[in-house]
Amino acid sequence: MTTVEEQGTSLWRDAWIKLCKNYLALLGLAIILLLCLVSLLTPWIAPYGYEEQNLLLGATPPSAAHWLGTDIFGRDMLTRIMYGGRVSLTVGFIATAVALVIGVLWGAVAGFVGGRVDAVMMRIVDIMYALPFMIFIVLLMVVFGRNILLLFLAIGAVEWLTMARIVRGQVMNLRKQEFVEAAYSLGLSQWTIIRRHIIPNTLGPVIVYTTLTIPSVMLLEAFLSFLGLGIQPPQSSWGLLINYGVETMEEYPWLLIFPGVTLSLTLFALNFLGDGLRDALDPRTSKDQ
Amino acid sequence: MALLEVEGLKVYFHTRNGVVKAVDDVSFSVDCGETLAIVGESGSGKSVTCYSLLDLLPKPPARIEGGTALFDGEDLLTCDSTRMRHFRGNDIAVIFQDPMTSLNPFISIGEQLIEPLIYHPDPARKQTRAAARKRAIELLKEVGIIDPHSRVDCYPHEFSGGMRQRVMIAMALINEPRLLICDEPTTALDVTIQAQILALIKKLQETRDVAVIFISHDLGVVAGIADKVLVMCEGTIREAGDTDKIFYNSQNDYTQKLLAAIPEGAKQLPNRAQPDNVLVEVSNLKTHFTDYNKARHQDNVIRAVDGVSLSIQRGEILGLVGESGSGKSTLGRSILQLAPTTAGQVSFDGTSLTGLSAKQLVPWRRMMQMIFQDPYASLNPRMTVYQTLAEPLLYHGLANRKTIDQQVRQLMDDVGLVHSQLRKYPHEFSGGQRQRIAIGRAIATKPELIIADEPVSALDVTIQAQILDLILDLVERHNLTMLFISHDLSVVRYISDRVMVMSRGVIVEQGVTEELWENPQQAYTQQLLRAIPIADPKLERSRLASM
Amino acid sequence: MLRFAFYRLLQAIPVLLIVISLTFFLVHSAPGGPFSADKAVPPEVIKALEAQYNLDQPLWQQYVSYLGDIVQGDFGPSFKYPGRDVSELIAAGLPATAELAFYAMLVALVIGVSAGVTAAMRPNTAQDYIPMSAAMIGICMPSFLLGPLLVLIFGIHLEWLPVSGWGDMPGDKILPAITLGTGYAAYIARLSRGGMLEVLSQDYIRTARAKGLSEPLVITKHALRGGLIPVVAFLGPAFAGLLGGSFVVETIFQIPGLGRFYVQAAFNRDYTMILGTTVFFATLIIVFNLLSDMLAIWLNPKLRQQAQGKS
Repeated sequence: MTTVEEQGTSLWRDAWIKLCKNYLALLGLAIILLLCLVSLLTPWIAPYGYEEQNLLLGATPPSAAHWLGTDIFGRDMLTRIMYGGRVSLTVGFIATAVALVIGVLWGAVAGFVGGRVDAVMMRIVDIMYALPFMIFIVLLMVVFGRNILLLFLAIGAVEWLTMARIVRGQVMNLRKQEFVEAAYSLGLSQWTIIRRHIIPNTLGPVIVYTTLTIPSVMLLEAFLSFLGLGIQPPQSSWGLLINYGVETMEEYPWLLIFPGVTLSLTLFALNFLGDGLRDALDPRTSKDQ
Repeated sequence: MALLEVEGLKVYFHTRNGVVKAVDDVSFSVDCGETLAIVGESGSGKSVTCYSLLDLLPKPPARIEGGTALFDGEDLLTCDSTRMRHFRGNDIAVIFQDPMTSLNPFISIGEQLIEPLIYHPDPARKQTRAAARKRAIELLKEVGIIDPHSRVDCYPHEFSGGMRQRVMIAMALINEPRLLICDEPTTALDVTIQAQILALIKKLQETRDVAVIFISHDLGVVAGIADKVLVMCEGTIREAGDTDKIFYNSQNDYTQKLLAAIPEGAKQLPNRAQPDNVLVEVSNLKTHFTDYNKARHQDNVIRAVDGVSLSIQRGEILGLVGESGSGKSTLGRSILQLAPTTAGQVSFDGTSLTGLSAKQLVPWRRMMQMIFQDPYASLNPRMTVYQTLAEPLLYHGLANRKTIDQQVRQLMDDVGLVHSQLRKYPHEFSGGQRQRIAIGRAIATKPELIIADEPVSALDVTIQAQILDLILDLVERHNLTMLFISHDLSVVRYISDRVMVMSRGVIVEQGVTEELWENPQQAYTQQLLRAIPIADPKLERSRLASM
Repeated sequence: MLRFAFYRLLQAIPVLLIVISLTFFLVHSAPGGPFSADKAVPPEVIKALEAQYNLDQPLWQQYVSYLGDIVQGDFGPSFKYPGRDVSELIAAGLPATAELAFYAMLVALVIGVSAGVTAAMRPNTAQDYIPMSAAMIGICMPSFLLGPLLVLIFGIHLEWLPVSGWGDMPGDKILPAITLGTGYAAYIARLSRGGMLEVLSQDYIRTARAKGLSEPLVITKHALRGGLIPVVAFLGPAFAGLLGGSFVVETIFQIPGLGRFYVQAAFNRDYTMILGTTVFFATLIIVFNLLSDMLAIWLNPKLRQQAQGKS
């Protein structure tokens, strides 16, 4: 006799259902996906060339030909913002990836091994948290030139700390859970325990904080670019565009407003998505009571 | 008219998954000097009933759908918030379940004690700090806190569990309330402390003539102190009446089921222990932990297990009983090599396990398994039942891809679970069902020894009875040897052949279960046995009176 | 408590040493020196200048003598402003930056905590959504965007507030403080909301209500103490962030503060200035972190007693 097996609802499915009820988070997700798509396709869909100048035109407010206006060299703002977005988003994702890798490894090792190793590793994190990182980054950028690769590394080096703390906290909590003890008592190897029991239960917070790190990183990049220490011309990023915009904001406010709004909108979208993910994956609000 | 008359109370919770009828048409009354016990399992609505009287429920999900609660003629359910403040802490006071979380850790207990006095809503009864402090010290003395003058400025973390509950009691009584609601006040306490607190509450009630509502899941606890009993299940009253009638002459199925589920008496099944065949030998085992005190840069040493020697005979169920902090859980884990031992030796079937590496232990791990206490934390929430049960079988090579399916189903049958639930996740099961899964996982590798660490402590009493019977059945059928750890003496007596009493890291006394019960030798054992609440009102009353 | 402070200070010394050393070698390994930017200067003069400032000595020798000088409080002369000491310049720029950071922190704490606590009192209602949306805007609008916008609106169009200087005209400290503090106010609002929500779900809040205490009293006396713990923990990093953020704000609003000097020194490769300011900032941050850690311990009775040696 075969009985019909009921399909269970995993915690991931639960979280997805909860996320879908959060309209702001979904909106954030949609915006991010749209931005990524546009950035990828920019070389093909940008209305004008990146370098295309029109000195006779000069700076003009939004019009039918130039939806977001032009800058003082007559370059189309929409195009500039699109290309700037490519850079800003790339820095955002790559630097976050750097922070993610370092942070997760560091935190996981510290949390899993525990004892003295953990004490030392976390003390280092504590000390680094207290350092004036802004200063180091400024120094690094000045000293080693405006190398985009270095920019990734520098920013990643600052952001991994929070990720390490989150992962370590989660891993330590998990280690104390009885199902992990049960896994030990079954004789499973360390690696099997990590793979089947620890990692799947750590993914939740990691996903949330990765999503929240990206805007943090993008802000840092914009900050540096604004000071003149980040992305250098001829490349541009949103931070750089805002810098230019500030210089001429009295006469040509749109040069500041459009890049500014785009940056803010992106940060909004990412933060709402991250918040939504955090609420969806929070075990306290799940079916478990 | 009685002091409190509740009529037709309905409290519903409006959650995103639908409406939960937490309390559905409940009526009762309590009068001065009377103790009403409200008894039920988790989810019965007993706490919600009483919290709704004082508007202490979280309002968005909870809503009072109907009914009246007349306190001295005034309806508590419809009065405004200012009037409610007059009742709270003043006419009606509450003692909560967990004194650790119910006291503010940042404020001294003295300050928390005097708050009802210095912030009294009635200006005529508001007291100055000096006067209130005096009163607080008096009350601390009355509830049995030694040296109240200096202790009054201490913080909650400086008190033990029992002392904290005494402070909560003092705090509730400081304004001379007329009704005292006690929400499971002894559930979080050790059994010896529980007995003291029960006696204290009884004494205080007698001197003050207050009405008491005592909420509990444990019928034994209320047997000695209640005048009337209300039995609740899923929001409705199943039976109500005088204590003697409920305990000795119940007319209701549910009540009878509750009473029957309480473990009573000795183990029914025969003792299968083989005295000449020792499975586990423990010699002078010590497990010490160091706790790093960040602020003082020092190490505290906690001697969880401090020199324990014992032997477990093949085929027996050995009970290990002790209060919190006794080290019994650590001992169980140390035997299983799950906790790092500091000294001593553990040998299994003649071979010493101490000092073996994790890799060398693997074949031994198959032979000894553990059942954990918390059914919510002992299963990986991301694995289905199937995966949880299959993992040990596949890892130890006891099944291959062809046979695994059938073997997992066999395990499900063994522990009483339905096959259709195979692909479900832990959070979709009840506590009792989860424990069955955990037991299934433990017996999957066909071990010889199972250490059960408080396997039924987190379960309701009716479910507890089922799981205990399941465990006994499995031990019989699979020829298991078991170490059964619990703080609940009645449960241990019901299930074990021999028993050991542990306190502060050492074994205080051991012996055949029934002999120990009849004739305890050590003072600590005697104290423990004396403190067990029995679900027999006459016996309980005399026991409490003698304390 | 003193014992704790002592140990922490002891730990701070190697940290400071690392910071100084790292900065020193980083700066000196950059291509070009402080004088190479001036193209008009002939090589012999550069050599003479380098000799005068001891830059021709081996690196490790410069390092050791620098350490020796620091201990005596001498940060050396500035390369870009001949005749003036680094310490002098730091002292000149410090008051403005300190004041700016202070006001910004004040703005951040006052607005942040009140917004967060208000939101937590009625979660998932308008009282919650409005402040938290405002907080989200604050987080997503960086200071270098907010500043110019505020200048545009309040300085240029409405002409309500001055847009540059510090202490020259009344009200010229308002916009910079708000610009710098807003981002942190937003973050603190979220932190305090989270902390308060956590505390308000605790059993001891239920006990306080059951004793008949009024809701305002429950919030201020019982809930705040636990609810603001995340905010106290954030104070250290917030301070470090404020110092860093001052770079941009001082640039936008033309404030003669240390942040602006620092950025200029970085561009100009003014070694001693860079080193001096870095050391100074690092010391400030370390001290502030120590103070906020001590505050966190002091607020928790259990930890406080342990630190005082009672445990």
